[in-house]
Amino acid sequence: MSRDERLEVLVIGGGIAGQSVCEELAGTATIALACAEPHLPYDRVNLGKLLTGATLGELQLRPGSWYADHDIDVHVDAPIAALDPAAGVATTAAGLELSFDRAVLCTGSDALVPPIAGIDAMGVEVFRGPADCERIASAATGCTHAAVIGGGLLGLEAAYALATLGVAVSVVHLMDRLMERQLDAPAAELLAPAIAQLGVDVRLAHATEEVLHDAGGHVRALRFADGTQLDCDLVVVAVGIRPQVALAREAGLEVNRGIVVDDALTTSHPRVLAVGECAEHRGVVHGIVAPIHDQAAIAARVLRGDGDGVYTGSVPTAKLKVMGIDLVTAGDAEGGHAVVVRDEPSGAYRKLVVRDGRAAGAVLLGDIRGAELLLDAVRTAAPVDDALDLLSSASEATAAELPDAAQVCNCNGVCKGEIVDAIREQQLGSTQEVVAVTRAGAGCGSCRPVVSELLAIERGGAAEEATYLCPCRKQTREQLAACVREHDLESVSDLSAACGAGRDCGACKPGLAYLVSEVRGNRHREERHARFINDRVHANIQNDGSFSVVPRMRGGVTSADELRRIADVVDRYEIPMVKVTGGQRIDLLGVRKEQLPAIWEELGMPSGHAYAKAVRTVKTCVGTDFCRFGLGDSIRLGIDLETAMEGLYTPHKVKSAVSGCPRNCAEAYVKDIGLVAVEGGWEVYVGGAAGGTVRKGDLLAKVDTPDDAKRLALVFLQHYREHAEYHERSYGYVERVGIDAIRASVLDPENAAALLERYRIARAATDPDPWRERHDPVSPKQFAELDSEPEPLVGPPAGAAT
Amino acid sequence: MTALAEGTWVDVGAARDVPLMEGRSVRLAGGRVAIFRLPDGWAAVEHACPHKGGPLSDGIVGDRCVTCPLHNWRFDLDTGEQIGGGAQLRTFQVREREGRLELAT
Ligand code: SRM
Ligand SMILES: Cc1cc2nc3c(=O)[nH]c(=O)nc-3n(C[C@H](O)[C@H](O)[C@H](O)COP(=O)(O)OP(=O)(O)OC[C@H]3O[C@@H](n4cnc5c(N)ncnc54)[C@H](O)[C@@H]3O)c2cc1C
Ligand code: SF4
Ligand code: FES
Repeated sequence: MSRDERLEVLVIGGGIAGQSVCEELAGTATIALACAEPHLPYDRVNLGKLLTGATLGELQLRPGSWYADHDIDVHVDAPIAALDPAAGVATTAAGLELSFDRAVLCTGSDALVPPIAGIDAMGVEVFRGPADCERIASAATGCTHAAVIGGGLLGLEAAYALATLGVAVSVVHLMDRLMERQLDAPAAELLAPAIAQLGVDVRLAHATEEVLHDAGGHVRALRFADGTQLDCDLVVVAVGIRPQVALAREAGLEVNRGIVVDDALTTSHPRVLAVGECAEHRGVVHGIVAPIHDQAAIAARVLRGDGDGVYTGSVPTAKLKVMGIDLVTAGDAEGGHAVVVRDEPSGAYRKLVVRDGRAAGAVLLGDIRGAELLLDAVRTAAPVDDALDLLSSASEATAAELPDAAQVCNCNGVCKGEIVDAIREQQLGSTQEVVAVTRAGAGCGSCRPVVSELLAIERGGAAEEATYLCPCRKQTREQLAACVREHDLESVSDLSAACGAGRDCGACKPGLAYLVSEVRGNRHREERHARFINDRVHANIQNDGSFSVVPRMRGGVTSADELRRIADVVDRYEIPMVKVTGGQRIDLLGVRKEQLPAIWEELGMPSGHAYAKAVRTVKTCVGTDFCRFGLGDSIRLGIDLETAMEGLYTPHKVKSAVSGCPRNCAEAYVKDIGLVAVEGGWEVYVGGAAGGTVRKGDLLAKVDTPDDAKRLALVFLQHYREHAEYHERSYGYVERVGIDAIRASVLDPENAAALLERYRIARAATDPDPWRERHDPVSPKQFAELDSEPEPLVGPPAGAAT
Repeated sequence: MTALAEGTWVDVGAARDVPLMEGRSVRLAGGRVAIFRLPDGWAAVEHACPHKGGPLSDGIVGDRCVTCPLHNWRFDLDTGEQIGGGAQLRTFQVREREGRLELAT
């Protein structure tokens, strides 16, 4: 078919449904996509991530270039206000007319807000779009108690997100058990305590009758049918969806709860189809994504007029995206003939429902082994002779035994066959690539282990290819390091010229800059354009474009003299905030770029590198000097270690601590490098974390003296500098390669000596205090804009020793 | 570039104050403008990122695009379009004359 004869399809609504229709049709029709929201299609399934710091860009389903590459004409911020099926014309709110041969309504739904008295009070939010998340996140700061109305999938996810933000939260549910649509009573009974374990208060059989508000109209409590109340200052309503049918209704299409479609997903007008949460098929409106992909595939077939375009419905499946709780369900949770395996102490529950000799439903809680196999059996209504045998053999099944048609990724509707074909045809080598190409695992992410397993099978067990440091040019860290060595390259520009890395989007330039400096032992040519702004001005950029200043305070130890100078600087430069950090030092926040050199000069203290992927802090406790339990001089060793490491850049930040005894007051067990004095020596821990991830470090070794401990810490530091991927914290690195591999490297005397030597070379070639650039800026306006000048340096203060 | 009447160019600073592949900003009547030195010339766009006002002159430049230092929105420096999004920056004409930078207003 020539392009002119192609069918013109208008897709109305850029949610997951609209996107899925575009994916199915791409290349076979001329497509226009009208999105009401001011964004390209994004992944609503992962909306909760916006609450914990992700940006909408990270949730975007496809980059802008994808639409251009597939000849799809996208209009964002362009709600369709009128649709004339007979004339084949749709008009946007701004008056733009879009003509079509066929249109697909993918208008999705709004959150359902039940008619409860007072529900329009301030502080009552729904959980459906980015703007809701922004409001919830800002209300969560300073919130004393939040209530989530609704104990279904969405409500539990909202409660979990709030609990993660540190908000005290109650889930208030009308029914006497959680997730009654997906779970049978015994499973729901096991789920409730697991949710409570996350710090979420669960209140079942609570019918909310009224939202009470204060004089200012802000919610203050919920009142229930039994007369009791729950004080709260934030309410999230998550009780269900309301399909967006207004446009269809005005266009004269048949509308019930959703837009009514037949088995060809066609509405009451033959030119118009409907797909997704807005569609009602055989009386059912689906509120999850797996059916959307089924529908989109059929709709595309109907539009192209090829094959049998008959949709007979989808089996609903659900996965709970709450960390630490594994829960997968499909089809019916009750009825028919059921076999149940239940492990009381662990709380695991596995159930298979069989009706008329065919798989009809599954509930897997706490132990979801074999979920893909069981879901496939339910989805295809596979004949089941021996239900107990299927349930138990499923838990042994590996990805190899899955049928090709088994859906692996429910979020994006990708089956095993497609993944395996993509790996073979495009010779994919890493999970990261498979996810990017197939989109399997790009949704909630729970199927990623299976994707990795399939990849491992295809690669015959060979290790995965490393992640790319420059994804645009598919170059790994090892390849690039080899290139630097082989051609003796001195800078990022040299490297770009030699192999193209860093030429395209530029996002990898800071990683390349680190790589070049590391490989060359810091005897490289520094290029500031390859560095993030923090490393151009040696300060951490803040949300308002100002910077923070954190001077080094080795081991957390300071003096009256330093404190006096800090106080003077705060006064003189009217610093809006002085704060003791979690890293045992002091942060001056809200500083203008132009003030940085003068402030550094007056502080007379070296940089603490609090802005860089570099050695940060070594926290200490008071140790033998003062503490009655002290077994080792932790302050002394902490200061020594920090002095030895400071100024070195690393793949990601490195934070350390030294504790004087196993009571661990300096939190050494949860640091990248942690030293703990024990009876008769020192323990060296690596790979600990207590940030977004909490992980106790692995014991690398026990050594005899403080010097040995320091030496081993330095050897590990250099090992990490040379082997970790850029942006990989030690906790990720240690977890990935395993402590045994690290021991083999750093405890081998010859290798350790070589690592120590390379550490010394790198340390000798670096200036531990980049703040000295105040005297010798790398460019005239390093610390200023075109129309401003850096503030003049006032002479060095008394007593300063950098 | 369309011809502009003489006198609509304003001097905004010294070209050497903007290092290669970096940006610096300057205040104009309508707000701050970020000026970038690219390997083959200059580009200028509005300075405040439409997302949350991040300082675009502090961003990393690559492939004639700048990445905002706050949350990584990316913009084409020639067209002002956001890559992979709907936001749009105002663009300005900028030229170098005898070591000075001039913006068309
Ligand atoms: C200032 C400080 C908070 C405070 O007031 O106490 C702080 C502030 C920031 N932390 Fe932190 N962290 C601070 C101690 C910590 C600690 C505690 C510690 O160091 O002992 C942790 C947990 C330990 C750890 O690192 O795992 C910590 C875990 C994080 C994380 C999570 C890292 C992780 O992988 O889980 C981030 C985000 C990241 O790195 O991507 C982060 C990122 C940040 C950034 C840099 C966010 C950013 O990119 O702008 C914050 C800068 C704020 C600003 O505008 O200046 N900060 N941050 C602390 C500075 C310590 C210092 O003296 O250098
Ligand atoms: C927080 C959250 C978590 C979830 N988690 C899961 C999960 O784990 N698993 C799962 O399967 N499902 C989950 N879901 C449900 C899933 O996200 C939805 O089923 C799915 O996104 C619906 O897609 P849709 O395209 O049909 O509708 P929508 O996402 O609502 O998209 C419709 C789009 O059309 C636009 N539109 C409406 N009217 C017009 C018009 N007149 N002109 C132009 N555009 C218009 C809307 O603005 C919207 O952008 C979750 C939902 C939420 C909110
Ligand atoms: S200082 Fe750390 S914990 Fe606090 S808001 Fe910033 S990143 Fe989050
Ligand atoms: S302010 Fe620019 S990306 Fe957020």
